[in-house]
Amino acid sequence: MVAPTPPDVGSPDREYSIDSNGVEIAVHEWGEPDAPVLMMIHGGFDFARTFDCFAPYFAAAGWRVASWDHRGHGDSGHAHLYSWDADLRDAAAVFDHVAGRRAVPAIGHSKGGALSINLADAQPYRFRTIVNIDGMPSKRPIPDVAEHERTKMLASEIESWIAHREATAAAARRPDTIVGLAERRGKMNPRLSAEWLQYLVTVGGYESDDGWRWKLDPSMRFGGFGPWRPEWARYKMAGLGVPFLGLLGDQEEPMGWGATPEEIRPWQPVGGVIEQYEGVGHFLHIERPREMAERIMDFLGAPA
Amino acid sequence: MSGTTFLTHNRVELALHRLRASDGPALLLLHGLGEFSPAAVPSYAADWTGSVYALDFTGHGASTMPLGGGYTAELLMADAAIAVRHLGGATIVGRGLGAYVALLVAGGRPEEVHGAVLADGPGLSGGATVPTSQPVVMATPVDGPPDPYAIIELGRDLRPPDYATTFVRLANEGSTLDEPITVTARFLPQWLRSVVEAPGVRYTEHIADALAAYA
Repeated sequence: MVAPTPPDVGSPDREYSIDSNGVEIAVHEWGEPDAPVLMMIHGGFDFARTFDCFAPYFAAAGWRVASWDHRGHGDSGHAHLYSWDADLRDAAAVFDHVAGRRAVPAIGHSKGGALSINLADAQPYRFRTIVNIDGMPSKRPIPDVAEHERTKMLASEIESWIAHREATAAAARRPDTIVGLAERRGKMNPRLSAEWLQYLVTVGGYESDDGWRWKLDPSMRFGGFGPWRPEWARYKMAGLGVPFLGLLGDQEEPMGWGATPEEIRPWQPVGGVIEQYEGVGHFLHIERPREMAERIMDFLGAPA
Repeated sequence: MSGTTFLTHNRVELALHRLRASDGPALLLLHGLGEFSPAAVPSYAADWTGSVYALDFTGHGASTMPLGGGYTAELLMADAAIAVRHLGGATIVGRGLGAYVALLVAGGRPEEVHGAVLADGPGLSGGATVPTSQPVVMATPVDGPPDPYAIIELGRDLRPPDYATTFVRLANEGSTLDEPITVTARFLPQWLRSVVEAPGVRYTEHIADALAAYA
């Protein structure tokens, strides 16, 4: 088990929502409202408040950090439908609101890293710099990306997915205690401390008469199938035209993408940097927030 | 129409229209992109002896129009699968986008789909067959169906030929029919050309002839 523990965290300074084509998207900001913008993009089945242990470093250094809960995650609305296109559109709506048409730096973790690559491919004018924390494409199926992005076409997988769709109307998150929810999440995040996971319950869950539940939309699930091949994102990464820093750990864990520097480097953008850190897993920014924040701020340069 | 039943798919209510009641096997019609269900049994199905139904996909016809888009062909496959299970099994005729969805559900629920006919219609081609730089498009809000996000997203969804033929293979493995897929489309985009060339797929010019083989 590794850091951080709750005393290290800082709540957002501002929280509000915007409308993205009828879906309410919750935005969280740390730092002075007139400071230079730095976007942070969370991973699948996470939420913006998972940056509570990381964003404050950047805010203290003079950045206005803005992050948002993807649809169905955190405090954002539960949508009728979920797709990669919809996530990109929601991201564009947040960028429009926070940064207008100005190019800003962005840090994306896991699915958020992949989102930043895809949005930068579609709308490169939005990005000044990209930092990707274990969200770089490999051939391994991506563990925290919505089902339609995957390529698993076994009959049982398809049947399982259809059965899930048939049952989602009555789906509900299972209630538990704070400790219980944290322990369940710990199975997917085994390297994070119990204290941190319990803190996440208090900001990513809600309490009702029968206990705590995650705010995550119960209609979302891991697994599935679709025409997309994870490695296709390599082609987009290779074409990025802004400074790029990719960060990897060397410890495998359930949510990790399993990408290695050797696998990534042939596809890194021109002038890009790929770094791997020893003894750390998928959540580099949570396991070692200060070290990663200092490395990223050195890469970004002074807020501007 | 002879009656409409609403089926629940997550937060969407799907309109399943009964065009003809009968004790015989069910025929399910899947419309094309931007279309909605026909009000009467089409002429090509006049000789079908069983019941005839038509489904409005999510965001189309009398079905729920979602907020904020997020369409995929696989999601529509679940629409169709829910309708097929409600009917206790069915033969399917799909037009355009509905043809692609018919292929997916024929592979996804082969024991419940008693033949799928893939016909010309809007949305037949889909989008790229390889990864491309897709524009991020915001649609102007509209008062009624079809949902513009359905038009945008389902009109350009990725349809790699090897992905399509995987569903042919699944249909062949799970169906009791020798030829569970029949193509009648005259326009053959890349994914459909690969389907036509796959084992277990029949090509015939007329939908009525295809249905006669599944009756």
